[in-house]
Amino acid sequence: MLRNFLSHNFAKIHQINRKYAKPNVEMSRWVRISLLFLRFYLIFLVGLLFYKFITLL
Amino acid sequence: MFNLPNIYYKFRRLWKAISLFFILSGPGIVVMVADNDAGGITTYAATGAKYGYHLIWFLLLLIPVAYYVQEMTVRLGAVTKRGHAEAIFAGFGAFWGWFSLLDLALVNWLTLVTEFIGMTSALMIFGIPPYLTVIIVCILMGIMVLNGRYWTWEKIALVFCAVNLIYIPAAFMVKPSVSQIVGQGLIPNLPGGLTNNLFFILMANIGTTIAPWMLFFQQSAVVDKGMKEKDIPWGRLDTLVGSVMTVVVAVFIVILMGTVFQGVEIDDAAQASRLLMGKNQYVGTFMAIGLFDAGLLGAICISLASSWAFGEVFGWAHSLNHKIREAPWFYANYFFTLITAAAVVLIPKAPLVLITLFVQVIAVTLLPAALVFLILLLNNKKTMGEYTNSLWQNVVNISIVVVIVVLSTLYGISTLFPTLFK
Repeated sequence: MLRNFLSHNFAKIHQINRKYAKPNVEMSRWVRISLLFLRFYLIFLVGLLFYKFITLL
Repeated sequence: MFNLPNIYYKFRRLWKAISLFFILSGPGIVVMVADNDAGGITTYAATGAKYGYHLIWFLLLLIPVAYYVQEMTVRLGAVTKRGHAEAIFAGFGAFWGWFSLLDLALVNWLTLVTEFIGMTSALMIFGIPPYLTVIIVCILMGIMVLNGRYWTWEKIALVFCAVNLIYIPAAFMVKPSVSQIVGQGLIPNLPGGLTNNLFFILMANIGTTIAPWMLFFQQSAVVDKGMKEKDIPWGRLDTLVGSVMTVVVAVFIVILMGTVFQGVEIDDAAQASRLLMGKNQYVGTFMAIGLFDAGLLGAICISLASSWAFGEVFGWAHSLNHKIREAPWFYANYFFTLITAAAVVLIPKAPLVLITLFVQVIAVTLLPAALVFLILLLNNKKTMGEYTNSLWQNVVNISIVVVIVVLSTLYGISTLFPTLFK
């Protein structure tokens, strides 16, 4: 039963990944810069969280 | 000269417009008033207690901030008929979609725990034990969604929004000085200069004005309500009324606390209620009722925001207009989020303070992304057509988003490193 549940959901996730594989927003320079900013921003925040975690140990 | 038929005609038109507003209003008012959740009430109480009336002008500035951001979700929802989670998947692909969905689920769950902390601490003032509060809230929220109609859910939520106005009579009961409010509060000033403490309070107020769940909630609610392009002006009015209401409530909390406890440090709203009870029992009771209601409204919206988002992406039936048999996964997700968050509050020695602080940090990982996606989606001519952001809307919205991102990030970082700005 659990295996059925997991395999069903993995198949669903795979299907979602295929469905949204191609973004429908045109990747203009402005959009690319925004997405790049978000990536750096998230790396920065995750780095801070990691630093906090390390210093707490 | 009185022209009776003309007056009657104008009256009928006005009445029709008001009736139509009451039919179409809802998502904007509910999301904005729910923004004054348990954490928000604590922030406003601390602001009023520490700085008196001096920061009322700053709160008033938050009306356009909240309005312009949330108005974009109305347009996006009404035009694309998609919730924010699905719009991010479709617009930016699976990577950003999964990031937003999973981060939203985590932030919402943590925020829901804080709402339960607020509700249980509010009712503990009346001697109601936490387990009983949790049971009552879960039953109440279950009844609200299981009636099988979005309309009924929304109208019940609006009743709870009306209860949120309880801070207005509470503020009048402590007899504040109108001349002092006008003199100190409406003229922009920074009490004691821009100190680190004041900067922290300003960041906290900005941080509570726009939360990630609000974007996801309002857009999904607009879709579930079935709003169309022609309803956008009413959606805007609904959002404007909601933004005014939320700030008015915040201002009255500041007035209440500023009148009774100017210069006092307040750690949480439940503590403020207990202190107020020592001064005036009725005012303290109103504060506690308001805190419970704020937590409940927050919980109602946050748990739905997650369920809608998962339903949109996984393709489950995800409308409040569906019965439980027609949308089992949607309701399973709703109750799972609700019950697990409620259970955390009941665990003895659970790290509730840590969870409360952690929410601020995790929220800033999602908020900038959700806001940037919102701006980019509103500029996508292919899907938005004539409802694409105009130049003026872009100037205003991008400026607001930049300020929110910078200040909420600093707020999140200051939560992580408390001595940084103090």
